[in-house]
Amino acid sequence: MTRKNQRIALIVGGLSFLGVAAGLVLTAFEDSVVFFFSPTELQAKPIDPEQRIRVGGLVEEGSVARGPADAEVRFNVTDGNSSLTIRYVGILPDLFREGQGIVAQGRMQNAMFQADEVLAKHDENYMPKEVADALKKEGHWKDGEPPAASGSRPSAGGDS
Amino acid sequence: MIVELGHLALAAALVVAVFQTVVPLYGAARGDATLMALARPAAMVQFAALILSFGALTHAFVTSDFSVSNVVSNSHSLKPMIYKISGVWGNHEGSMLLWVLILALFGAAVAAFGDNLPESLRARTIAIQGLIGVGFLTFILFTSNPFERVIPAPIDGQGLNPLLQDIGLALHPPMLYLGYVGLSTTFSFAVAALLEGRVDPSWARWVRPWTLAAWVALTAGIILGSGWAYYELGWGGWWFWDPVENASFLPWLAATALLHSAIVVEKRDALKSWTILLALIAFALSLLGTFLVRSGVLTSVHAFAVDPERGMFILVLLAIAVVGSFGLYAWRAPTMDGGGVFRPISREGGLVLNNLLTATAAATVLIGTLYPLALETVTGEKVSVGPPFYEATFVPLMVPLIIAVGIGPMLAWKRGDLAGAMHNLWAAAIIAISVGLALAWLKGAPVGAALGMALAAWLAIAVLTEWADRIRLFRVPFANAWSRAAGLPRSAYGMSIAHLGLAVFIVGAVGETYFSHEVVRYASRGDRIEIAGRTVVFDGVSERAGPNFNAQVGIFVLENGDRLESERRFYPAEGQQTTEAAIRVGPAGDLYAVLGEPADGENWTIRIYYKTLVVWIWIGGFLMSLGGLVSLADRRLRVGAPAPRRRVAEAAVGGDD
Repeated sequence: MTRKNQRIALIVGGLSFLGVAAGLVLTAFEDSVVFFFSPTELQAKPIDPEQRIRVGGLVEEGSVARGPADAEVRFNVTDGNSSLTIRYVGILPDLFREGQGIVAQGRMQNAMFQADEVLAKHDENYMPKEVADALKKEGHWKDGEPPAASGSRPSAGGDS
Repeated sequence: MIVELGHLALAAALVVAVFQTVVPLYGAARGDATLMALARPAAMVQFAALILSFGALTHAFVTSDFSVSNVVSNSHSLKPMIYKISGVWGNHEGSMLLWVLILALFGAAVAAFGDNLPESLRARTIAIQGLIGVGFLTFILFTSNPFERVIPAPIDGQGLNPLLQDIGLALHPPMLYLGYVGLSTTFSFAVAALLEGRVDPSWARWVRPWTLAAWVALTAGIILGSGWAYYELGWGGWWFWDPVENASFLPWLAATALLHSAIVVEKRDALKSWTILLALIAFALSLLGTFLVRSGVLTSVHAFAVDPERGMFILVLLAIAVVGSFGLYAWRAPTMDGGGVFRPISREGGLVLNNLLTATAAATVLIGTLYPLALETVTGEKVSVGPPFYEATFVPLMVPLIIAVGIGPMLAWKRGDLAGAMHNLWAAAIIAISVGLALAWLKGAPVGAALGMALAAWLAIAVLTEWADRIRLFRVPFANAWSRAAGLPRSAYGMSIAHLGLAVFIVGAVGETYFSHEVVRYASRGDRIEIAGRTVVFDGVSERAGPNFNAQVGIFVLENGDRLESERRFYPAEGQQTTEAAIRVGPAGDLYAVLGEPADGENWTIRIYYKTLVVWIWIGGFLMSLGGLVSLADRRLRVGAPAPRRRVAEAAVGGDD
């Protein structure tokens, strides 16, 4: 094998791998990319119950209720304009609390969101980026105001 | 006073770094030996200044000096000493200081151990290392000063995020940075080689140990982080394909590819420009990771504070590094071609296949990590790319790679004999297929699980076969084989151990993914919970006070009478709640119990997992890291070992038979 052939073989081999990878990536994107919606957006747009989505917002004060099933929790998240009831079976993350921002992943079922995952960020202001943006969009939070603490650390005052 | 000294030392380090960059580069361009010789002392002085600076910050943390803003935000007088110390790098500013300290450490190490490097290559490598230092020291001094004072000083600090008050997380960042930043050295070597316009086998011999050292630390760092997530976050996961995890995994993939391609440069003088490119990519991915973690552009479970100014600064540094080094590459790389010719079926061919697959896999991870960012910038739509994406892209690419890892080491250099290699590996193939079929038919396991375990068996047996083949086990008298085994170079053992570690890791990953069990329910005292054929008795909850927290302790009694304790801790200083899982580790699987929220009456929410084979994940990762260390201890790579005239020994190392 000459040097030139070797080079061509390497390039062809490399391109074919990239082709395979591109195919894998494109098919995977179709099935596995999860879109984020705020409660307001969900009211405007019906979502196929088969589609896995993420929703987020602030947990409404006083909305957390347990039961009836074992380890079942229901709570409302709000972006200031609309709220959405989320049902989750399991243990909520340590950073979950009323008044704080969370993101839940799951499916819409009869106007209620069935979450299989609830995420609360390990972040200083407990404000997932999507939630912050959703709140800004609804005009309930502007940059530079609380709860956007600009320090680099959790502030003790950030807790309820 | 000490704090101001630390700040001053930091500024001095910047000045020295500028000197370290400019003078040796000018000297190398002019061929001036006196100026080039200044690189080594400059690197030492910069390192010393940063030790002083880091020491000053550590002193402020240890003595709880609450006149320093960083200490106020990240420490508390009641915190145990070890977490006062780890608090130094448990925050953005301090961890950046650790970052540049390690950067300077590697610069000083090249200066100290680079005796056998050609003078101009050494001077240029140290200068580029200094240049990276200039960028990041400027970043710290202008956007992230850890020595900022607060007036008046508060009485006590705000404490450290309790999740970070953990031994795993005390060690994880330094290890990870040793790896991340260690790749700066190979980057500097690559840029220096491009400036020199020359890459030869001896260059690869100098670069390989640095890559190996960084890779070992990076592997250990990722494993520590994964272990921390598993036992500390309380949901029993060990890898989430979270953007920040990917940020550490991408340089790891690039470093793994680099490690293998450098072998080809060293042995066969081929793949030079590709290896250089990989060295540039590996560090560029490290910088990208630093950017992703610290700019707040991604939603991640463990990102640092959101600060657009810092993000922009690092983005600019990243752009300079990428544009500068890749531009230099485009200009200079075409001049350094040539080298050994080889057939597709050969040791080189196997290493190339490794590189193609690893690089492609890295590209899919990179796309998955950056896609949400790109989509949001372009269309404003918010998406997340989770595990299903990576399972559909990354994992399929690993299947041919693992098959190839079994065969590659059996092939000869230049022109290999695939049929001959397969003749040796028939046992591995038969065992692998039987394992797969047995799991699928007898146990009814899913296809993915059967395939994964078959691949693990294939790889493990292939590694052992290759070793047995090298020492002629069962073909020559045992004593003879024994002496052959003792005479094998450490790099051969390093490879075998690391590849075996990969097999062990696969067993753990597949076992945990496909065969784990989970129970979530309410339980009150005395309730019996059945999981995976075992019974666990919930024995109620009691209260306990820790050094800086209060805890509710849930007790779980195992069948043999052992009591596991899971805690819900409340840290008053930080005002935060954490969960400590109760874990009984075993070779067949971990029992993992978590006490959740109190429910109505006597009931508590509890979650119990049986995590099948999960400990194999960390044993596998540890073995990979150990393999790298053993290989690093090889005479051939040992710093200062005579480089040339070792052809005889190397023929034996290659094991071309």
